[in-house]
Amino acid sequence: MAMTEKDPVTGRETTGHEWNGIKELNTPIPRVVFVFLGLTFAFSLLWWALMPAWPLGASYTRGLLGADHRQDVSRALGAAQRERAAWTQEMESLPYAEIEARPDLMRVVSESGRRLFGDNCAACHGAEGRGGPGFPDLSAQLWLWGGEPETIEETLRVGINSTHEETRYGQMLAFGRDGMLSRPEIASVISFLRAHAQDVGEPDPRDAQGVEAGGAIFAEQCASCHGEDARGLKTAGAPDLTDGYWLYGGDRATLTRTLVNGRQGHMPHWEERLTLAERRILTLYVLGLKPAEGGPDDS
Amino acid sequence: MIARLTRHERQNALIILGLVALMGAVLGLAGRSDPLGWHGLLIVVFAAGLALPVLGALDAPEPTEDRESAYYDDPTRLGILLSMGWAVFGLFMGVWVAALLAWPELTFVDSPWASFGRLRPAHTTGVIFGFGGNALIATSFHVLQRTSRARLSGQLLPWFVLLGYNLFCLLAVTGYFMGITQSKEYAEPEWYADLWLVVVWVAYFLIYILTLARRKEPHIYVANWYYMAFILVVAVLHIINNLAVPVSFGQAKAYSAFSGVQDAMTQWWYGHNAVAFFLTAGFLGMMYYYLPKRAGRPIFSYRMSIVSFWGITFMYLWAGSHHLHYTALPHWVQTLGMTFSVMLIVPSWASAGNALLTLNGAWRKVRDDATLRFMMIAAVFYGLSTFEGSFMAIRAVNSLSHYTDWTIGHVHAGALGWVAMITFGSIYYLVPVMWGRERMHSAALVEVHFWLALLGTLVYVFSMWNSGVIQGLMWRTYDESGSLSYSFVDSLVAMHPYYVARALGGLMFLMGALVGCCNIWMTIRGASVSVPQDDRPADRNADRNLVAGE
Repeated sequence: MAMTEKDPVTGRETTGHEWNGIKELNTPIPRVVFVFLGLTFAFSLLWWALMPAWPLGASYTRGLLGADHRQDVSRALGAAQRERAAWTQEMESLPYAEIEARPDLMRVVSESGRRLFGDNCAACHGAEGRGGPGFPDLSAQLWLWGGEPETIEETLRVGINSTHEETRYGQMLAFGRDGMLSRPEIASVISFLRAHAQDVGEPDPRDAQGVEAGGAIFAEQCASCHGEDARGLKTAGAPDLTDGYWLYGGDRATLTRTLVNGRQGHMPHWEERLTLAERRILTLYVLGLKPAEGGPDDS
Repeated sequence: MIARLTRHERQNALIILGLVALMGAVLGLAGRSDPLGWHGLLIVVFAAGLALPVLGALDAPEPTEDRESAYYDDPTRLGILLSMGWAVFGLFMGVWVAALLAWPELTFVDSPWASFGRLRPAHTTGVIFGFGGNALIATSFHVLQRTSRARLSGQLLPWFVLLGYNLFCLLAVTGYFMGITQSKEYAEPEWYADLWLVVVWVAYFLIYILTLARRKEPHIYVANWYYMAFILVVAVLHIINNLAVPVSFGQAKAYSAFSGVQDAMTQWWYGHNAVAFFLTAGFLGMMYYYLPKRAGRPIFSYRMSIVSFWGITFMYLWAGSHHLHYTALPHWVQTLGMTFSVMLIVPSWASAGNALLTLNGAWRKVRDDATLRFMMIAAVFYGLSTFEGSFMAIRAVNSLSHYTDWTIGHVHAGALGWVAMITFGSIYYLVPVMWGRERMHSAALVEVHFWLALLGTLVYVFSMWNSGVIQGLMWRTYDESGSLSYSFVDSLVAMHPYYVARALGGLMFLMGALVGCCNIWMTIRGASVSVPQDDRPADRNADRNLVAGE
């Protein structure tokens, strides 16, 4: 029989085994271990009785409470919908002017609009709606397709150049690549545009060349979409070229790329992803976006 | 290392390496138009790289007859070094991905390999399988021999296990960078690497069984139960979760045998028990040897270690479904997962308590000795993270914590606080023993490592707790109109400061590991391994301890 010995620190006997100098005390398992084993097991028994728990071949024990997490979810969603119904119906049916006159509805617009914009729009248009090259700055409140609430709502519904059947469709032709204009002609048009736009950034020595010739080409090639006065055409999504806001950039190099290769932006359609109430909230929300103080470059 | 093999064994080693190289060549040729081809090449290079020194030493002097009268520690020595090497790699990858989360613009190369999705599994595999796995193999060989008073079984087998395992780790990590993954968390490697690991793992189990069979102690020490549970259950988990059909033998891609919610359940049964048996049972084995050894104290309660062992082994296997609360998984499976997780707290805390109570009578040592303090803190974090795990498995809690950084914090409380700390403590005990030194080169550097590791863990875990809870609350906050208050991006913005803190915590932990590497290098530099007379296996013919009834 291996020798047990008394441990001087605890006063306990060892088991008598020894492995490479390691011994074990024969301490009984503290009562607290059994108490907690009992408590946790009792809790489990109770929970198994109350909840769906054990498989029975093709079925399972349903539990006394009749809980079912799928039903719980449907119930919770139903309750949430009923709670929101108070304002969602009004948001869907009232004319925009009436909604704008109602502070309670406009608070919903500012609160959930911010969240909806963050989750759905901010990836392209930026958290503050200030956009970036190729992605319109919504806070500038300059609308390619029109800034009436109904028009924006429609843009949200069908998207631009999207996969929606009724999508808005717009395209800037590739005048250079497709041989409609030569490089010198494109340079003249750019000089013409830069001479008539509000904000063209850094002046360029080439700006003075070919302004008049450019005007003639513009009238012939561009005015059908952008208008004789270059103020754009909302039904075609053609931008105003005089307002100083450039979607892709107003410098000569970017304008050359735009004229040579054309442009065709893309905005997804939201009819399937967002409810009518959500799209109308977003419409009012983007109409309320303010440009950064001191100009859009601050962001 | 080769000097301890006979000429015949060296020839066998060459045959095995030749077969491995052949296998690599076949894979490489079959998969030459697939990333698999590169892995074939890697296997050939790996085998050739090992064969060259063996070939060079083929005619070197043979070992003396008395090699059987010493423990076989060469694989343990190499295992320790490999483990530290993987630690540095894995922790570095962790700091990298943590920095990417805080500053996404750090993606400095526009190349697929540098994307978060490929770097992240290199981190997890590097630390879990590279660092943790090598430490488990190295220490298990050491503990097995000392507590059995028998030399390891086989001359080549331990090398096959250690080196074969590292080949698996290499295949895994290099595969991620090439985009080879089956997208199962902690089971990313594809079919051929999985098959190879099965071979290695069976050899590992064989070593354990055969060595235990020739033990000279009447009883099997508790550490060995844990190591055995780790090897056996990991084999079962690995094989079942990785059942898959390759697209062809020339392609790395394979498709899982399971689909839909069954696939998810199998994966998280695996994933949870990888934590249970790889990261818990194996390291409990480590703790049950090195902690009492370093403290010079008997285990507090033999009986409690039995109850904990069977409790942990039985209950963990039910708990995996708590990873899938509120999903397509049927409600009843979630109930079972939750209740078994709640019961699991008792054996877990009994283990942690057994470790801490063992230190009664040795607290002065804990104060003065950073090596023992590593092990003590590990036991504390083990208790902490097992409580947290059971708590988070409760469905109502999980509805807040799931998909948030709280989970990441929980995992790292376990991985940094428990797994890495017990490993560093054990390695600091083991290195002087293995290289015949009285102590580590610098006790002060062990102290520095301890505080860097503890501080890094605390910074990491606290930042992720904060981040996770804030995230979870933001995702479920509604305004008066019944709409969600925050967008997802709002929660990202709120997490940013915690992500910065997390990267710093991880960096501290990495620096600690680098300090440890330097210290280990200074300790073993120029050491000539000499075996002390009292550290030898029992005489093979002596059976004095095997009398029945003892």
